[in-house]
Amino acid sequence: MRRYGLRLSLVLAGVAILAALPTLGLPPYYVSLFTQVFILGIAAAALDLLVGQTGVVSFAHASFFGVGAYTVAILCTRYNVSSYVITLLAAAAMATAVAALFGLVALRAEGVGFLIITLALNQIVWGLAYQWVAVTGGENGITGFFRPPIGPFAASNVNYYLYALAAMLVSVAVMWVISHSPFGLVLLGIRERPRRMRALGYNIWSYQYAAFLLAALFAGLAGGLFAYYNAFASPADLALPLSTQMLIMVILGGAGTLFGPLLGAAILIFLSNTFSSLTERWPTILGIVYVAIVMYAPEGLLGIAQKRLLPSLNTWLRLRQRREVSAAKQSESPGDAA
Amino acid sequence: MIFRIPKAHSAGGARRVLAAGLVLALALSLAACSSGGKGGTSGQNPATPQKPIRVGFLSPATGNAASSGQDMANGWKLWWQQHGDEVAGRKVETIYYDTASDPNTALTRARKAVEQDQVDMIVGPYLANEGLAVAAYTTQNKVPLFLPTVSADDLTQRKANPYVIRVAGWTSSQTTHPAGEWAYDQGYRNVLTIANAYAFGYENAGGFAQTFTEKGGKVIKQIWSPLGTSDYSPYLSQISAAKPDAVFVEMVGADAVHFLEQWKSFGLKDKVPLIGNETLTDQSNVRKLPADVASGITTFGHYAEGRDDQATKTFVDGYAAAYGVYPSYMAAAAFTNGQWISQAILQVKGDLSNKDAFLAAMRAVKLDNSAFGPMTMDKYGNPVENVYIRKTVPAPDSSKAGVWNVVEKTYPSVSQFWTYKPEDYLKQPVYSDQFQGIKQ
Repeated sequence: MRRYGLRLSLVLAGVAILAALPTLGLPPYYVSLFTQVFILGIAAAALDLLVGQTGVVSFAHASFFGVGAYTVAILCTRYNVSSYVITLLAAAAMATAVAALFGLVALRAEGVGFLIITLALNQIVWGLAYQWVAVTGGENGITGFFRPPIGPFAASNVNYYLYALAAMLVSVAVMWVISHSPFGLVLLGIRERPRRMRALGYNIWSYQYAAFLLAALFAGLAGGLFAYYNAFASPADLALPLSTQMLIMVILGGAGTLFGPLLGAAILIFLSNTFSSLTERWPTILGIVYVAIVMYAPEGLLGIAQKRLLPSLNTWLRLRQRREVSAAKQSESPGDAA
Repeated sequence: MIFRIPKAHSAGGARRVLAAGLVLALALSLAACSSGGKGGTSGQNPATPQKPIRVGFLSPATGNAASSGQDMANGWKLWWQQHGDEVAGRKVETIYYDTASDPNTALTRARKAVEQDQVDMIVGPYLANEGLAVAAYTTQNKVPLFLPTVSADDLTQRKANPYVIRVAGWTSSQTTHPAGEWAYDQGYRNVLTIANAYAFGYENAGGFAQTFTEKGGKVIKQIWSPLGTSDYSPYLSQISAAKPDAVFVEMVGADAVHFLEQWKSFGLKDKVPLIGNETLTDQSNVRKLPADVASGITTFGHYAEGRDDQATKTFVDGYAAAYGVYPSYMAAAAFTNGQWISQAILQVKGDLSNKDAFLAAMRAVKLDNSAFGPMTMDKYGNPVENVYIRKTVPAPDSSKAGVWNVVEKTYPSVSQFWTYKPEDYLKQPVYSDQFQGIKQ
């Protein structure tokens, strides 16, 4: 536990601040934007489980996100389900079920092959959502459902902000435990030395498959939260641009850091909202920012922070500690002499 | 002696102190931020009643619908340039938002408009899915949404609500209901339809198919081509093989351009009669085509830039002078939207504090004439307006476009429900690839 002491206190502090922000007078629009960050953060962190931890780059992540969104939208509009627990669990389950199928197809390949297959699978799901009007409402999507009250609390934007924050915390905590468990370490091993892992007797395929399902599960949950947030589900929720965006979040924040993608989601959402109100050329500016980060911080922002900032912080702490100890010794030694 | 603390503990303590310091620093800086923010907003709301009326204008400035979004924004700007941005003593201020042709982005921008910029109303967005997403949000927040172009049928039919009005807008099937009857009256009995495989295509084709088959015609085949198709040859072979009396065509954007080019090069243009929808020969598409490809095509629409009428002429000339091209229906709709809103603001004497009164004034506006012709509002929030049979002819100024649309026949005061009783019409489902209103 001590190993993670500093990080844990940083995380707890961050959470405390985030939870207090709305009452500290965060403007309503930023409450909305932060809610979006939390939701997309869950999906991006889940993708990191695949990209950073297992070393498998998937372009099908948006399809699981979108399946989650449609599951919630359909349960709300057709079956009048008003329980978050039921709809969100169903969203996660549906996404996992779809991933169970996709994994069988995609994980037959490796590397670029896997990437292309997931890209194609994502397009298939998008095409289905776009064309299967009877179920998905086609291009127009599904509207006509609203957030039910959250337990005893009203479904206000602030309450939903807290709900999404809690969902993000629980999800990321679970993912953190998974990634630091023996299972997660095997995934790391597969990323680094697949052949050796195979030689050691690990069934690589089944580990990758399990990671694929886990990533989809959390993506589905995030998609469900997103549908409630927007009161809307449409093919845009599972379109390829969203898959790409999630990958950018992971890379910006730092692949393999789990918390980095949350930062990546925040940067992506806040930058696009800031620049788009300044100029029509905002996609160009975003592009330049991405390229700059990839060129000068290829490990991502959190990656570079961990590499540069944390060691120097640790060194500083160690130095101070050594100084304290030697100071203590010095103050002792005269006494001893006397 | 007192200072002799076990090593590990000392490190942990230092870390905890550091962490606490960080927390404090962050909390302080944030508190400073938020109090600064509060000061800012209270500064924006002085007690004077004459603060400007704020309009949030949502349109795609990037993404695949960017050129249509540009037309919209141009039309809107032109109205205020020509008529001044002051109505009933109050300044009208527009904030522009880029929807990026994406419904989720449109929603985020709408949130910004409402929650941060506190607009009095939203005009736009452009695409149907953007409109549906934004309407769900603005309705919940009771913000008036005035749609100039979004034509998804259900927004003013089965999902109509008081905060959504298609100001100077239209409903997809509104313009194709007359087309079905007209086709039958021309003597066509077996008609094939081809349309983009999405809601707008289903609704355009459905309006046509319903009235055509109710008169006794037969729809022999319906082709749904995916949006973004560039090669229409497989579909064109199917059309010539089916030997229909006529073809009903709905196409938007680049699809319209590709279709018309290939319709001509396949030699079908002079062989098979074509009945088009509004967007097929909208100025935004035909301005990219040579005159021999785009001329002589009959379409049904609520707008015709070549309409021989003073209101249309004034608008078209002003637009052409300002932007160097003839205006599309999106430009005309945003322009007329400005005209409509100005009238309503005058009606309530610039007082928008009573939202219900303002919305009632918006619904009561009657335009005796506009770029579209006369317009009134039905109680569901959709205009009752002219539908024109239009024909493309060489444009007067060939440097601006090869062809433009002139009026051949006018159906006056067409409702979104055509000649049906609204209550009966609303009992049938919205048009889709499953339901086309076809009477066997």
